[in-house]
Amino acid sequence: MIPLSWYLIFAAALFCIGLYGALARRNSVAIIMGIELMLNAVNINLVAFWRYITPGFLAGQVFAIIVFAVAASEAAVGLALIISIYRKRSTVVAEEIDMLKW
Amino acid sequence: MTVLQLIFLLTAAATLASGMMVVASPNLVHAALWLIIALAGVTVLFVLLEAGFLAVVQVAVYIGAIAILIIFAVMLTRRIAADSQSQVTRSWWLAALASLLLFGGLLAMLTQIPTLTAGAPVLPGNPDDIVRDLGQSLVSLDQYVLPFETASVLLLAALIGAIVIALPPKAAGAEGGES
Repeated sequence: MIPLSWYLIFAAALFCIGLYGALARRNSVAIIMGIELMLNAVNINLVAFWRYITPGFLAGQVFAIIVFAVAASEAAVGLALIISIYRKRSTVVAEEIDMLKW
Repeated sequence: MTVLQLIFLLTAAATLASGMMVVASPNLVHAALWLIIALAGVTVLFVLLEAGFLAVVQVAVYIGAIAILIIFAVMLTRRIAADSQSQVTRSWWLAALASLLLFGGLLAMLTQIPTLTAGAPVLPGNPDDIVRDLGQSLVSLDQYVLPFETASVLLLAALIGAIVIALPPKAAGAEGGES
């Protein structure tokens, strides 16, 4: 039997890899990839807790489905923003998009 | 060590390795392809957790839609993706330090909880009924219909917002002038 802690440790590792990607990459698309990895790690946690702690209560799976919807919206709007910025400024490097920085 | 444990360990190792490649690969197209492998690994874990519907949704939404969307975005912003300058910020070591600290903290916390080593309980009822119960709970008034509808409105808003934001500047200007 797979213990619950294996899933939690795996999800923690995946989340930290995604966090590093979101913090350290310069390209905005790569930052979004890091965020997707983090959201996947969270989903693993939600489903693992559903399976091990409350298998008769579907809230964990419903929560994961809501996270899917939010991830899809986030990716669509984020990539649309990146393409729009690329048209106007010809760059997708996060530190060069500093119009709001004073 | 049972077969399931072996499958879990192999999948977890493959997923973490491709996750590392996603954040480390200098070529963004390669990073996006590694991301697909990492997402497929997470799908295998959903199957191991007996969440079949979520595994299908993971393939359809993440691998089928989001990964392809990301590859499109990489291709459309190709010039910067292929350039030779560094792909990480100057203070990348700070990000690595923060991630390692977070992982160390989570690991220390998880190893202090003794009840986490137990195996999974048996699923109550027929496993095939889970998808039906899930579908019914999403539209049942005394369960999750409100979050479900909110997510639908959010998806619609994101759809319209993405179209409006990604419109070419000229088309957006012309439309703004007319209204």
